[in-house]
Amino acid sequence: MTEQATGAHHPQPRPRSGGQPSAPEQVTGAQSLIRSLEEVGAETVFGIPGGTILPAYDPLMDSKRVRHVLVRHEQGAGHAATGYAQATGKVGVCMATSGPGATNLVTPIADAHMDSVPLVAITGQVVSKAIGTDAFQEADIVGITMPITKHSFLVTRPEDIPQAIAQAFHIASSGRPGPVLVDIPKDILQARTTFSWPPVMDLPGYRPVTKPHAKQIREAARLITQARRPVLYVGGGVIKAGATAELKVLAELTGAPVTTTLMALGAFPDSHPLHVGMPGMHGAVTAVTALQKADLIVALGARFDDRVTGKLDSFAPHAKVVHADIDPAEIGKNRAADVPIVGDAREVIADLVQAVQKEHSEGHQGDCTAWWKDLGRWRETYPLGYEQPEDGSLSPQQVIERIGQLAPQGTIFAAGVGQHQMWSAHYIQYEQPATWLNSGGAGTMGYAVPAAMGAKAGAPDRTVWAIDGDGCFQMTNQELTTCALNNIPIKVAIINNGALGMVRQWQTLFYNQRYSNTVLHSGPAESNSGSAAGPGRQPSAGTRVPDFVKLSEAMGCYAIRCDSADDLDKVIEEANSVNDRPVVIDFIVHEDAMVWPMVAAGTSNDEIMAARDVRPDFGDNEDD
Amino acid sequence: MSKHTLSVLVENKPGVLARITALFSRRGFNIDSLAVGVTEHPDISRITIVVNVIEALPLEQVTKQLNKLVNVLKIVELEPGAAVQRELVLVKVRADNETRSQIVEIVQLFRAKTVDVSPEAVTIEATGGSDKLEAMLKMLEPFGIKELVQSGTIAVGRGSRSITDRSLRALDRSA
Repeated sequence: MTEQATGAHHPQPRPRSGGQPSAPEQVTGAQSLIRSLEEVGAETVFGIPGGTILPAYDPLMDSKRVRHVLVRHEQGAGHAATGYAQATGKVGVCMATSGPGATNLVTPIADAHMDSVPLVAITGQVVSKAIGTDAFQEADIVGITMPITKHSFLVTRPEDIPQAIAQAFHIASSGRPGPVLVDIPKDILQARTTFSWPPVMDLPGYRPVTKPHAKQIREAARLITQARRPVLYVGGGVIKAGATAELKVLAELTGAPVTTTLMALGAFPDSHPLHVGMPGMHGAVTAVTALQKADLIVALGARFDDRVTGKLDSFAPHAKVVHADIDPAEIGKNRAADVPIVGDAREVIADLVQAVQKEHSEGHQGDCTAWWKDLGRWRETYPLGYEQPEDGSLSPQQVIERIGQLAPQGTIFAAGVGQHQMWSAHYIQYEQPATWLNSGGAGTMGYAVPAAMGAKAGAPDRTVWAIDGDGCFQMTNQELTTCALNNIPIKVAIINNGALGMVRQWQTLFYNQRYSNTVLHSGPAESNSGSAAGPGRQPSAGTRVPDFVKLSEAMGCYAIRCDSADDLDKVIEEANSVNDRPVVIDFIVHEDAMVWPMVAAGTSNDEIMAARDVRPDFGDNEDD
Repeated sequence: MSKHTLSVLVENKPGVLARITALFSRRGFNIDSLAVGVTEHPDISRITIVVNVIEALPLEQVTKQLNKLVNVLKIVELEPGAAVQRELVLVKVRADNETRSQIVEIVQLFRAKTVDVSPEAVTIEATGGSDKLEAMLKMLEPFGIKELVQSGTIAVGRGSRSITDRSLRALDRSA
């Protein structure tokens, strides 16, 4: 396929040395796989060997260009590859054997699919003849992952391996990025074949559109310059497209407020005066309200997720919508678009800048003065904030805020899922893209430690902090062993409130403080009386099961505990100064701290609560 | 609820049908009928899908999601007025000496064919649009339908244009 044929941007894999295709070499399928990974530029692979993938691990041992990190659980390999991809912008690679090895990759693959992360998962499969016979360690991983991959390949001939790998990397990283699975039966890895590079690309049905339509751009620019209350609603697509510089120009040109979603933190500097915060269920009051009151929403690489819109019928009722996304299926999926734009965010924003400049030169300039008066008032009245616990215990928000403030320039933060994730979104300042990694769409608890590991492996010169909850940490902490043994010195802050905090918060608010199965630091007898004990009950000393400090030490980490605000800066500085092994700090924090603001699930964003029992007053109550 | 006929050209590769049906079930789309066969080009299969579209999930979402499948080459909606649509039914009807001639009369009326006869039953083959076949089955029902097999709808646009032309060219170039 040629570019002229489809009008689509369609890069072809190139030999690293450039020039002519390499002469065919006689190799095994396994050697062909490793050679392909080398040629495609996969520098780091996270995985665990097993029966069917074993042939691939033999040539992998000799590869000078592909580094393999032996993880402790395949889920760790998958999230590590995701963290690597999000931190570096390159394709993350994980490898596992058939059956349970492959099924352990399902969660990270689903996670990468939801967050559009370029990931290639390579799995061994039972020998071709045994497929379908319920052979030992057989699982139909192509079938299992069909709804959660962008595409998948079951390689049936050894000579197809280079093509499958090249196409997998191309599909994973182009258009809307996503996970691609390559399943290779053991006999295909063992067979003799030839290897030459680059292979022919054969993807006649894959034509991602990256260049936006000029007419739509003009129409969008016209709406932008006419709007009185515009908002730039920025999603993760802007970071993936590397469009943050262009975004800054557009924002400053239009003077419109910018809200960055959970997936887009860092796409626009938090410190910038035009930034109004994160939208959504736990978004800043100003950002949520700005969208609700807007007369124009310019969505850039965002997908109107239910966590952003709240109850869809009442979301941004007065707004016209310009929706730019590289995935045409996202446009109009949840919210109808007045101006749909299909294209790569970088090209879209660059073109929008030109089109808006042209409108300006013709004297059409929007006036946001009145809009900023409202925005400024909300920002002043309802800033993000938290109260210190009355009993002198550590406030989780303060812990996270200080970690952010004391972190060296360019630190990458990875969070798990729950309260600590939202606090990390709120209280750490993100100034650069790809410094915030989290599981946004899938909400995968246990994401932080392996993702931080992957990020550190891909960016060894940067400080990488995992902000994790004690619930999340107990799902994937075994990868700290991997970090300790492979010189991947990440730092982990366990925000330890002894509970599944976010679920507990919902139980506090919506289930009459009946804490069913959310207490982690004690067994059922004690937790059954949890409702009677009520809020404020502290984990008793000596009942730390597990003891995260001992556990981390056992895994080769430097570990300390902190339960007082007086020690906070000292332990964080200490953690920042240790770089020869992973560091874990067990922060014992108050268990009743809650995430605010909050829009209760299923309700309208108009019902946002700035804090418990505090509904913002927008001066419109008489209209309600 | 409204019905739409989609002609989907796909690469003739293993697992493509599974990808399409998996997508329909995952996204909550309803398939009314489905027919698959290879086209004049051996590397391209054509899947004719009749979709039941509800208001909340418009046809546009169905085609956009289908288009994202890497093996899907092209999707064309065939409007009823501008396309020929056919289904095939094989129906086994209870028949005895008394009723057989009446059944044969109905068969002729609908320009269907009797393809098998036994002392107790007649098997009828009929093709046509779904309206015609429904009408015929309604007429046959009083005699007792013992077994009914229906194919999915297949459809082709009227006139000289072919929807496979351009896809073939794309395929040739990539080869």
